Amino acid sequence: MARNQEFLWRRLHSLLGVIPVGLFLVQHLVINHFATQGPEAFNNAAHFMEGLPFRIFLEVFVIYLPLLFHAIYGIYIAFTAKNNTSRYGYFRNWMFMLQRITGIITLVFIAWHVWETRIAAAFGAEVNFNMMADILASPFMFIFYVVGVLSAIFHFANGLWSFLVSWGITVSPRSQVISTYVTIGIFVVLSVIGIRALVAFI
Amino acid sequence: MAENKTVRFIVTRQDTPDSAPYEEEFVLPYRQNMNVISALMEIRRNPVNAKGEETVPVSWDMNCLEEVCGACSMVINGKPRQSCTALVDKLEQPIRLEPMKTFPVIRDLQVDRSRMFDSLKRVKAWIPIDGTYDLGPGPRMPERKRQWAYELSKCMTCGVCLEACPNVNSKSDFIGPAPLSQVRLFNAHPTGEMNKAERLEAIMGDGGLTNCGNSQNCVQSCPKGIPLTTSIAALNRDTSIQAFKNFFGSDQV
Ligand code: SF4
Ligand code: FES
Repeated sequence: MARNQEFLWRRLHSLLGVIPVGLFLVQHLVINHFATQGPEAFNNAAHFMEGLPFRIFLEVFVIYLPLLFHAIYGIYIAFTAKNNTSRYGYFRNWMFMLQRITGIITLVFIAWHVWETRIAAAFGAEVNFNMMADILASPFMFIFYVVGVLSAIFHFANGLWSFLVSWGITVSPRSQVISTYVTIGIFVVLSVIGIRALVAFI
Repeated sequence: MAENKTVRFIVTRQDTPDSAPYEEEFVLPYRQNMNVISALMEIRRNPVNAKGEETVPVSWDMNCLEEVCGACSMVINGKPRQSCTALVDKLEQPIRLEPMKTFPVIRDLQVDRSRMFDSLKRVKAWIPIDGTYDLGPGPRMPERKRQWAYELSKCMTCGVCLEACPNVNSKSDFIGPAPLSQVRLFNAHPTGEMNKAERLEAIMGDGGLTNCGNSQNCVQSCPKGIPLTTSIAALNRDTSIQAFKNFFGSDQV
């Protein structure tokens, strides 16, 4: 890597985590929530998304490339930290460590999830309510999905907090405390949406 | 009972920069108002360990003895701090002393903090006013701002914030919170401000500002109460603007 590129890569990593990856996560969770209104509502919503024009370009530029960069650079960031919560048990230090742990869990989860749904679809499987109901019928997979979804939401909510700091939007301690509460709220709301959708499939 | 009260110390020792560390225990007679340094001086006077064996005195760094130079920093009962102000009465026993391993250990509790001074040079933590003729008095600084800047200027390069930071370690080349906050200090000075962009660009280099992962341990640990994370966030804002200027160009110097 060329010298002094790190600033660019880090800021890009922070930006892409929110736009578009974070926004995609929110949109995905909202679409999933249609499952609570029954199979038909979910299938319609999923088909609407599938029917978007230029779908492959949207997927590549809004999801795959940003996600891939965020994931690969994120692994590098996670493994350059030396966590020390046992010595410094402060709230933010815990968030720091959880951000890295949930990042790795989310990566494993998403890799599996993409394999099971999007790649399966490329081989001819149909992504619909029944497919998800089949997957989530296994208690093990259900727990895996709950953990994966919660990790992804935590990583997004807490990442939003650090995004605000990293770009110099929240500077004062008070603004950082307020954004802590706001992002906790985001975590709770999205978690309810995500879990409700998962439960709807069983 | 009070006469033969003792204090127990477990010291992590290391004979040379490359040799393996080991622990040695010391039991000292208690004296009133003892601090960690006076205890280490006691060991130096009578270098006998808890087993009664004669040993080499423990080596450590110190200078001011009043928490303004930062030289005597070490890890005391798990937390990095200055040993000259660590009162034995306020510490749980046995008192464990370790070197700040974020830095290369020279011997026992003595570490080499050169990297911090190199970082200060790298970020140009000074105000360049030397020249061939007298430039006259600089712009005045408002009193309120002076008082605010004074807090940032209290940094004694002790290294506690680097020791506490999970992102300062052998796997990363992050310069750590202290030199970053110094950039904010010198950029806030009315004369120092003239070289603002230079300092911002220095911390936008590899191992610079963006390595901060917001664990915020530094601000919790700094013995001088320096608002390190506020400085870092403020610099994030300044570098965001600087990055735009660098990329798109600007007609402001
Ligand atoms: S900022 Fe605080 S902890 Fe860090 S070196 Fe300066 S005085 Fe020590
Ligand atoms: S000897 Fe100077 S800070 Fe302790």
